[in-house]
Amino acid sequence: MAVPTIVRERTPQLVVLAVILALNGIISPGFFSIEIQNDRLYGSLIDVLNRGAPVTLLAIGMTLVIATKGIDLSVGAVMAIVGAVAASLITSGYSLPATLAGSLFVGLACGVWNGALVALLDIQPIIATLILMVAGRGIAQLITEGVILTFNDKPELIFVGSGSFLNLPMPVIIWIIVAILAILVVRRSALGLLIEAIGVNRRASTLSGVNSRVILLAVYAASGLCSAIAGVIAAADIKGADANNAGLWLEMDAILAVVIGGTSLLGGRFSLVGSLMGAMIIQSLNTGILLAGFPPEFNLIIKAAIILIILIVQSPASQAAMANFRANRQTVAVKTESREHAAR
Amino acid sequence: MRTLNLLAATAFATALSISSAFALTVGFSQIGSESGWRAAETSVTKLEAQKRGIDLKFADAQQKQENQIKAVRSFIAQGVDAIFIAPVVATGWDAVLKEAKEAKIPVILLDRTIDAPKDLYLTAVTSDTVYEGKVAGEWLVKNVGDKPCNIVELQGTTGSSPAINRKKGFDDAIASHANLKIIRSQTGDFTRTKGKEVMESFIKAEGGGKNICALYAHNDDMAVGAIQAIKEAGLKPGKDILVVSVDAVPDIFQAFIAGEANATVELTPNMAGPAFDALDAYLKDKKEPAKWIQTESKLYTPADDPQKVYDEKKGLGY
Repeated sequence: MAVPTIVRERTPQLVVLAVILALNGIISPGFFSIEIQNDRLYGSLIDVLNRGAPVTLLAIGMTLVIATKGIDLSVGAVMAIVGAVAASLITSGYSLPATLAGSLFVGLACGVWNGALVALLDIQPIIATLILMVAGRGIAQLITEGVILTFNDKPELIFVGSGSFLNLPMPVIIWIIVAILAILVVRRSALGLLIEAIGVNRRASTLSGVNSRVILLAVYAASGLCSAIAGVIAAADIKGADANNAGLWLEMDAILAVVIGGTSLLGGRFSLVGSLMGAMIIQSLNTGILLAGFPPEFNLIIKAAIILIILIVQSPASQAAMANFRANRQTVAVKTESREHAAR
Repeated sequence: MRTLNLLAATAFATALSISSAFALTVGFSQIGSESGWRAAETSVTKLEAQKRGIDLKFADAQQKQENQIKAVRSFIAQGVDAIFIAPVVATGWDAVLKEAKEAKIPVILLDRTIDAPKDLYLTAVTSDTVYEGKVAGEWLVKNVGDKPCNIVELQGTTGSSPAINRKKGFDDAIASHANLKIIRSQTGDFTRTKGKEVMESFIKAEGGGKNICALYAHNDDMAVGAIQAIKEAGLKPGKDILVVSVDAVPDIFQAFIAGEANATVELTPNMAGPAFDALDAYLKDKKEPAKWIQTESKLYTPADDPQKVYDEKKGLGY
């Protein structure tokens, strides 16, 4: 049977995603129904794709960073900064292209700052990115001057958050394009391999000729860029930049998405497709909890319990137990077969 | 240029000392600028002081109690006539309040109360968040009449006191009306993003929003997010789904103008006005005010000239 490698490798994530979606379908009977409303696909499944956009984008950058054995805690704060920049540029009368260019540039600059601390000054990633995580919301507050900077009269920027193209919400189109580009760049070139090499052993890869500094700088810059795109989407979605709350705690969801997706925090082998599935798993969970109608006090407990189950199922110990079980069964089968042979 | 500046500064200082020779001097220790509402409270306090010819000494504590205590001590040292505190936390005030009492300087708490013996401060000016919920609920009861009405509720941050109290007040108001029923209640963390996301799920879970007659949001920001979700679902906020919320921030008045929201209950940033009035009565006639002065929880609807209110509020730094 010819199962594509990508499906075989990502079986656990696919199973989890299918189970959670099926549960959502049971909780909310209309979950899988999709219709067209205002020229745009409309339904809970579309909500999962749409609301998942920020975490998905963050997870793409985060995967590359984690593959180098790093981590980027600043992504949520960078979202807030970039949202503030986008809102203040568009309200000061800049055109949409100029606003987007300026916003993405600021995100890139934040990423380069993180990358410089990690790659050039050799500061541990968790501390290096913690700086911007803490300072970022302050910077965003300074840009918005402490208010929610709204742009209700700028349909061009709002379109990025709630417009649609080919009946799909713009955020969905954007994250799919970014994901495809990222996968092509790292997998159609040696870049992915070099990133993994740095994650496994930075010294060894440097000694064997990998320019680890430049690559480290690049992955943090990429993470900054992904955060910037997520930040613009989040601001456009609510027609305003909320410096206090935009992207709050999303760095944790992004890291979780990467881990659920099968990439180890110890660096090395990574899977962007896995992280995308991780992000979709988290968002399906969030949407399911909202649809279920439990009292809000239970939200986080339910989420934590399900994630615990997912992580236990994926843990090396239970994977080993599963493999053991399968091997035993095979041996039993082989033994029975040989006995049958002998009998004949 | 520099001499000019210096001259101006001296003139200004003289003017100040003259004015302070006449009027009261009040020290105000503000928490910091944690939210738009807080910024508005600061600007309103300054405006109210100006209106009454009071010399207001302002200290921003940047969310730290030790800064507030330092500020209060320096106010005592300067011999101000009264001290206003918007306390960042509820405990740890006894020592510094005793110092103020010994110096015979009355202290008035703004917006929040503290755990300290009641004789250590003159009065506390706060809003009643249970009452805010009640006003919102009563508006809905009055406007729905006898029709059956399914309500969805966007709660504030789970476990926070405004969320608990605004829910309680609203529940009390609709309790005796069997036709009003909360069918879904979920937290939107007081934010626009979550308000929008949760409202999307409410609409999908309730037959595309057809079962929903009204939305009650614990703050305006969540309502603003939810209004967008209602529009994107092809429904008319304010008509198909009534929208009632609390806070009265400027953006909800824009929604009023667009006909997309129906009512909001004001959490007034003017805590200082009643405080100055109480202080005045106390200093002039030695009249002890009540230990708690409740601010007005005013109900705004689109009938209240939203454009005018928006213009007034926009400048306050929300």
